[in-house]
Amino acid sequence: MSNFRDTGHLFRFAGIFVAAILIFLAIRGWLVPHTFGQYGHYRGAALNEIAAKPVHFAGHQSCETCHADIAEKKSSGKHASVHCEACHGPLAAHADDPSIQPAKIDTAVLCAQCHETSAAKPKGFPEVETASHSNGVSCETCHQPHSPALEAGGAQ
Amino acid sequence: MNMTRRQMLVLLPAAAVAWESLLAGTPESSPNYEQTQHWWGMLIDIPKCIGCGNCVRACQSENDVPDGYFRTWVERYHVTDTNLANPEVISPDGGKHGFPAAVEDSGKYFFVPKMCNHCADSPCTQVCPVGATFVGPDGVVLVDQKYCLGCAYCVQACPYGCRYIHPTKRVADKCTLCYHRITKGLTTACCEACPTGARQLVDLKNPKDPIHAFLKTHAVQVLKPQMATGAKAFYNELDGSVR
Amino acid sequence: MQGVNGFMYPNEVQLQWSVLIVLYPFITGLVAGAFILASLVRIFHVEAVRPTYRLAMLTALAFLLVAPLPLQLHLGHPERSYEMYLTPHRTSAMAMFGFVYLWYLMAVLVAEIWLDYRRDIVIMSQSATDWKRWIYRVMTLGSSNISPRALEIDDRVGWLITLVGIPSAFLLHGYVGFIFGSIKANPWWSSPLMPVVFIFSAMVSGIAAVMLLYMLSARLRKEPIDMRCVDTIARYLFYIFIIDFSLEMLDLVHRIYEADESFRSLDFMVHTRLYFSQIILQIFAGTLAPVVLLGLAQVVKLPELARKRIYGIAGSLTLIGIFAMRWNVVIGGQLFSKSFLGYTTYKMGLITREGLLMAMLLSLLPLFFLWVLAKLLPPWYQEQDAITAAG
Repeated sequence: MSNFRDTGHLFRFAGIFVAAILIFLAIRGWLVPHTFGQYGHYRGAALNEIAAKPVHFAGHQSCETCHADIAEKKSSGKHASVHCEACHGPLAAHADDPSIQPAKIDTAVLCAQCHETSAAKPKGFPEVETASHSNGVSCETCHQPHSPALEAGGAQ
Repeated sequence: MNMTRRQMLVLLPAAAVAWESLLAGTPESSPNYEQTQHWWGMLIDIPKCIGCGNCVRACQSENDVPDGYFRTWVERYHVTDTNLANPEVISPDGGKHGFPAAVEDSGKYFFVPKMCNHCADSPCTQVCPVGATFVGPDGVVLVDQKYCLGCAYCVQACPYGCRYIHPTKRVADKCTLCYHRITKGLTTACCEACPTGARQLVDLKNPKDPIHAFLKTHAVQVLKPQMATGAKAFYNELDGSVR
Repeated sequence: MQGVNGFMYPNEVQLQWSVLIVLYPFITGLVAGAFILASLVRIFHVEAVRPTYRLAMLTALAFLLVAPLPLQLHLGHPERSYEMYLTPHRTSAMAMFGFVYLWYLMAVLVAEIWLDYRRDIVIMSQSATDWKRWIYRVMTLGSSNISPRALEIDDRVGWLITLVGIPSAFLLHGYVGFIFGSIKANPWWSSPLMPVVFIFSAMVSGIAAVMLLYMLSARLRKEPIDMRCVDTIARYLFYIFIIDFSLEMLDLVHRIYEADESFRSLDFMVHTRLYFSQIILQIFAGTLAPVVLLGLAQVVKLPELARKRIYGIAGSLTLIGIFAMRWNVVIGGQLFSKSFLGYTTYKMGLITREGLLMAMLLSLLPLFFLWVLAKLLPPWYQEQDAITAAG
């Protein structure tokens, strides 16, 4: 009896600990997100949330459903494997609502982005020095962007 | 006219899913997508990269990447016979606007597109204290930005420098392998925009994916193999000087 | 790019961990070190240092209360930090922080201080006036039993808690070292020696801090310094410093001899951007100088005043050196590119959330806490006699 009396304060101290741990466990059960642990140590719902973000590049499949003629022309030329939005930029908004017109392309800038001469580019890749190549005549005067080789009918 | 176009779109299931999700914009936007049926990665074909920066620009507009931060970027290596161990590397603004013209000399030049390697044993997800970043069931390393503390431990743990703390959201941000696109049957924005096919999204669980044949016939390497991260960004003809 | 030499991966240019993360291991180190000094009295019966026992415990508590603040301030979303308790990730070294911290704070420090002071608290709850009386009443937890038997039980339980506290202090700080040491992506950090070096440098800094605080408090209170006490502390400081220095040199020599792929890059960094903080501050001013001074006091018989001055200078240099060591680990580990091809610069803000002013405020805050704690629970043994007399 006297033993308990002399250790009573220790039990009070321990009691506070136990109470704090119990409160913590109760709060924890209530606060952990419901889908946490669904697939692993993370919130399962995050997967769908990330997947639901809007798309900006429509993808060439979408373009080709309407612009089959261009796709056809492109398929036999040097740019066959270049997807539409590589040059035209992200056009999901246009695919969604065709009345939204894509911005006009400045070929003087666009073509040079890939074809300006640099020793760093892989051997065999078609390169030109734009400054001296055409004397300021714009690229599409001679090269049709969708089928750029001269013999493909681009030359005038 | 508008209606027929829409009906035509429905013919292509992949695009149709994308289309519907665009209209709906709900979290349940990819009903046909089975997470366990995929194991995503990326093939990067170094001899095909011309350093145009299209992928970097496409990524930034597709994913609203803030200026000065990069989910993908392109490096240009210049290696001469005297500096094999110490190559000269540049990546002006992540290669977003291409590279200055290089002049022919005794060395060799090549471009190395970089991005999250979507490691199977990712050091970044290992260190996250709360489970805010994870490898999904389909092998994509993602960040739950509603749960992330912004402690930046994952940024420190990534050997490839692929993560950053978003300057306004103040949470970890990184390449999602365009998770919002690949779950709708589309390819990533960088692959869509690459003019030379230097980047190819690959699904290692799909037996028909050309990656299987490619891996059999080419010298393919991952970055920093000594880190043993199970990296899934496969580089064709990667030079030994790349780090 | 401004401040960048060579090539950095573009996302590496900005540092992720600021001066606040330098403070965090520095402060927890002081906690662990101060506790180890206190345990010298309790467990190893080094009676000479008893005058600093309570001061060391209160110092540990004051610094531990501040330890999570720099972390909290650095988080992008401090309001989410509770998630560490909800869903701690088992594979993350950092996830342990909340639990180790709470364990050390409540189960070790608060429990031991409460048991040690319980007699004083009970007496003061009866003798103190107005609001102070209420504080002490709450602290008694409603039990005023200070019978000799109860106090004897307290003493035994307190001993047990200190015994558990020593590995806990090692855990608290060793694991801080593990946070850095386990990052394989960063060769400056990745080392199994990191936790051990952190523990010994923690002991060095904590012992030096308590020694300085004891000498300072004696001067402020116009009381004589117990020279037997500070001589003993200085001797322990000297021994542990030698172990700490040997470990750090072992790490350095190993790196230099192995000279792996990262060596050239790190070596260049140490000779340029880290030259002042690593070579000058950490190694020469912060380690060699105090070791020589403390060693001198061991071998040469010096007058009391000279010893006091030596201890004061050596203690201050030690704290500067250990702070520099934390700086070199945390900041140094982010200055070089993981491509080993370039270096960036750390630009410390001034009055930003993670700036210099905040760092200074956080360094002074524990001293304020210590002042409050010392007012509430006087660690001075002369006053304790007065309390006993009042009771």
